[in-house]
Amino acid sequence: MATNIILIILVTSFATYISRFLGAFTSEKIVETSKIYKWFNCVAYSTLAALISRMLIFPSGDLSDVNYILRITVILLSILIFYVTKRNLVYPTVLSAIILATLNSFAV
Amino acid sequence: MINPKYFLKGVLCSRKFDSPAIALGASFIAIGALLKNLGFTIQESIFSTFLTYALPGSLVMAESMLIGASLINIFLAVWLVNSRLYPMTVSIMPLLKHESQPRWKYYLSCHFVAVSSWLILKSNYEEIEKNYRIDFWIGIGTATWLIAIFSTVLGYYAADFLNKDMIIGLTIVNPIYFMCAMIGVMKTIQLSSAILLGAILGPIFYFISPEWSVLIGGVVAGTVAYLIGEKYGN
Repeated sequence: MATNIILIILVTSFATYISRFLGAFTSEKIVETSKIYKWFNCVAYSTLAALISRMLIFPSGDLSDVNYILRITVILLSILIFYVTKRNLVYPTVLSAIILATLNSFAV
Repeated sequence: MINPKYFLKGVLCSRKFDSPAIALGASFIAIGALLKNLGFTIQESIFSTFLTYALPGSLVMAESMLIGASLINIFLAVWLVNSRLYPMTVSIMPLLKHESQPRWKYYLSCHFVAVSSWLILKSNYEEIEKNYRIDFWIGIGTATWLIAIFSTVLGYYAADFLNKDMIIGLTIVNPIYFMCAMIGVMKTIQLSSAILLGAILGPIFYFISPEWSVLIGGVVAGTVAYLIGEKYGN
């Protein structure tokens, strides 16, 4: 099992480094003012947004055990807290964890 | 070699009050606890974060292990979920490029590309002279990477004291932080449409293919946003 875990870690890290390496390699000829750079920048932000919303809407791991109504409540509350606190990132983040842990402990 | 002044500036960037380091730390505490429950030793857990340093990838690895997936399947699942790192790397490297700097710095430091470090760089790079930006980036990357490793250790040892609700609370910190951070950067038509469309299309494509949803959703949304930005100005 131990060798298996090491092998799995190596495969995971290799699968991760490929994208980073290819990114560094491809970008060698790309100038930050070019159109292709702008396109990549848009795709980077979109992919991130797609990943984050997927993590919240179709979560994996422990978060998938939480009722979706609870998750949506926490998401909406966090956005509200973010705006109420003048776009502060710490308050919604910390409060989201506390609110979710508390609400979930009451949920059946 | 690496300019210590700019390296340190990068390191200190992760100490700001609203730094992504908070989200990063909380989520890697959860990862540490998860790895322990999966049967990893402390050395293996450290090794995992040290080499991979990408949260969704580690989650996919853990889930694949739980269902007993083959190495090839683990490779493909991780590669797909972490393929977002490709456009992310392309979108920062040109900002860091300078002919006076050796290439190895770029190929080594691309390992530090992750959402938190990427966001720190994106909001601070303009203050740094271009010839030292790579050292600044290495500073940011080293700091966030070490926070992830330290948090994994913390989570591993805290696993016995954290109940399920606390772990669930920790796992939502990451997506909530980055969701708010993304709303915060929606300052141009192009970026706003990129983020909004990505957030909508990612889950929609999930119904067609869960594995490819992030990549396809991101590319389609990014391309449409690019065209919108070109047409209506930035």
